[in-house]
Amino acid sequence: MTTNSNKRGAKGDILIEMKNVEIDGFSDERWHKIVKGVDLTLRRGEVMGLIGESGAGKSTLGKAAMGYAQPGCKIRSGSIMFDGIDLMAATEAEKRQLWGSRIAYVAQSAAASFNPAHRLIDQTVEATVDHGISGESDAKQDAVGLYESLQLPDPGNIGGRYPHQVSGGQLQRIMTAMAMSPRPDLIIFDEPTTALDVTTQVEVLVAMRDIVEKFNTAAIYITHDLAVVAQMADFIKVLRYGEEVEEAETRKMLSQPEEDYTKSLWSVRALHKDESPSDDIALSIKNVDAAYGNTVKVLHDVSIDIPRGRTVSVVGESGSGKSTTARVITGLLPPMTGSIEFNGETLPNALKDRSKDQLRRIQMIYQMADTAMNPKQTVADIIGRPLEFYHNLKGKQRDDRIIELLEMIELDESFMDRLPGELSGGQKQRICIARALAAEPEVIICDEVTSALDQIVQEGILKLLLRLQKELNITYLFITHDIAVVTAISDEIVVMFQGQVVEQGLKSKILAPPYPDYTQLLLSSVPEMDPDWLSNLVEERG
Amino acid sequence: MHPVLYTVLQRLGLGLLTLFIVSIIIFSSIAMLPGDFGEQVLGQQALPETVEAFRKELGLDKPAYIRYIDWIAAVLQGDLGTSFSGRASSGSDQSRSVWELVGPRLSNTLFLAGFTAMIAVPLSLFLGITAALKRNSVYDRSVNAVTLTTISFPEFFLAYLLIVFLAGIFPTLSNVTPDMDLGERITKIALPALTMTLVIVAHMMRMTRAALINLLASPYIEMAQLKGASRTKVIIKHALPNAWAPIATVIAFNLAYLVVGVVVVEVVFVYPGIGQLMVDSVSSRDIPVAQACALIFAATYILLNLLADVIGIVTNPRLLHPR
Repeated sequence: MTTNSNKRGAKGDILIEMKNVEIDGFSDERWHKIVKGVDLTLRRGEVMGLIGESGAGKSTLGKAAMGYAQPGCKIRSGSIMFDGIDLMAATEAEKRQLWGSRIAYVAQSAAASFNPAHRLIDQTVEATVDHGISGESDAKQDAVGLYESLQLPDPGNIGGRYPHQVSGGQLQRIMTAMAMSPRPDLIIFDEPTTALDVTTQVEVLVAMRDIVEKFNTAAIYITHDLAVVAQMADFIKVLRYGEEVEEAETRKMLSQPEEDYTKSLWSVRALHKDESPSDDIALSIKNVDAAYGNTVKVLHDVSIDIPRGRTVSVVGESGSGKSTTARVITGLLPPMTGSIEFNGETLPNALKDRSKDQLRRIQMIYQMADTAMNPKQTVADIIGRPLEFYHNLKGKQRDDRIIELLEMIELDESFMDRLPGELSGGQKQRICIARALAAEPEVIICDEVTSALDQIVQEGILKLLLRLQKELNITYLFITHDIAVVTAISDEIVVMFQGQVVEQGLKSKILAPPYPDYTQLLLSSVPEMDPDWLSNLVEERG
Repeated sequence: MHPVLYTVLQRLGLGLLTLFIVSIIIFSSIAMLPGDFGEQVLGQQALPETVEAFRKELGLDKPAYIRYIDWIAAVLQGDLGTSFSGRASSGSDQSRSVWELVGPRLSNTLFLAGFTAMIAVPLSLFLGITAALKRNSVYDRSVNAVTLTTISFPEFFLAYLLIVFLAGIFPTLSNVTPDMDLGERITKIALPALTMTLVIVAHMMRMTRAALINLLASPYIEMAQLKGASRTKVIIKHALPNAWAPIATVIAFNLAYLVVGVVVVEVVFVYPGIGQLMVDSVSSRDIPVAQACALIFAATYILLNLLADVIGIVTNPRLLHPR
């Protein structure tokens, strides 16, 4: 706790002090410890980064700093003092006096956290007016000023709109304005940019950082992304399994982390595969236009060549047509025009017209392993199904092959009788990989397969995919928005923007200047492990 | 055109289409009823020629599709036809127009339904909202238990219970007549209105409660709490505006029931409503009256559901304020 005392305390009095806080959560019919005795001290004007994987208890701890336990949780013991007020002893009514006036909260999903029934400006000033901090018209005028300093378009009128009428990045900024409206002493940012594209994330980060600085507000910034927190926080606390791993001033934490766990958070970025060019095209998408319904065209003249035994990554922000491309290849969404060629022959457009063998050769792995598996089927059923369907394997033959596949994905026989609910996120994704492998495909389409996973688990899955590629000469079409993953595993990269291919080629070519405008924007928006990265970027972009 | 107006017009069109299809179903199912008005009136011993002549007079000898077209064309012009009863194969014609029969009955039914709705709807909303607010409390549990109990009893049983306990206070016969003044009418219908209230409150109250509690898990509700809003404010201002669509659907369903489903209550309290009229007309094979009643019932259902749809649409900002 005292490793950073040189820097700490420079900013002001202690605003919030949590000591030995323990929080229980109720799940699976019993109480579990979520936070196991964590201390936290924050002074006025300071920004603390709270980082850890999902389940580390960071969000729960962040809310506890407000004296709030979400439904199904309870703060069991410890002390929480906010500016001399004992939040453990405070009544609901006393805490409501603080919430929305002196402590504000910015949630992860702005789209879900704004009430769809009310105008944005009314929601922005609601707490300020209700707490009697200022009158409605003053508060609204102030909100427009906040919108302006958060660089929202048309600040005078945007508040008159409803949540569904503005974009996710704008909503996140309006939520920051909402938090700032009562001029609180403390803001809890709970993964505020996780749901955003990298390009949008940059704008929101800059806006949030500047406004916190401008009003000298203290903040707790919760995230799983070290590079993001490095831009925002004065110091960082790392949590794991509800316990503190270490805490240090940001620069020190980045340059010399002490604990092995903290070091391992960096590791995925160290993964690297050398590209190797190839002219042997396995799958080729030719001039495809596609639309949902007959109205909104989402792909415009998309052509992609995928060489055999290589990894082609498709990158772009959400809505750029990445996943639609995958749906077209698999036949789920027949293209309006254009064709898919596989090993030189044209595939039928629609899924139902393809032969079993054509289906077998192209398999798919999804982002949410949870929803991609039947929760009532055992692992053996899940992997065994393609074995029966494509290869007519039965009985012992089938079981032997399942064990073989489990070994390929670095799991063992003991998993055969388990249900998906008994597996961790990484194990589930491995089972999905095994299911795809069971068909003995030539091409596997990976749609954001690591996006829902923590960094360490992510690294394991990527390593596995690379190893399988080497051993089985599988071709990957890797769809992702995570540039770090792309640099790690691709041979070739395709950049998509608004349903069009902006650029495609070998990794070394795409990732080296000169860039087309959009690629430049995309690449430069990926946060780096450098506390000055955001400042430099803002300067560069002017 | 504003998309909401467009959607509403579209629903209206669909409603009319439904009504048209229902009119065919009504007509054919009544045509398929066993027995014949002629035989019914003239008796088993009537000569076949007499029956035939009588059928001809009523137009029952024409093919079904012609009768349907005649009927629906007249209905479209506002003419529900002439009742069969009161006619005789010979002698003076004492028949009355269907509207003359149905009109007063319908207005009685609407009066009772409207009065019941004025009590039951606000009561259910109040109970539902307060139960959601204090969910899992003793209050919540008792409201749930009581309303569930009242909905579980058959209507006639509830009606008799009320008669037993409240007979001294309210009249047990609800034989209203047009010349009564409002106060007297209300006193007369107090017991049937109370019976029906007890029957429909549970459904509406539970739906209100469920719709609200369902929304309480939304992130924007947590956000409202973390902005320091009180429990009451969270429910009224943040949950309720998003819950109208399901609540309106259930209210519409129950209001429709008040108009079309209360024949048992009418019988118990001898209330001259349209439900009794329809039952009578079916048993006496008075085809025009039965058809008119069925059509009115169908129109009621369609209209109320349309209204619920429209409420669902105008309370949904995504539809009301498109991007």
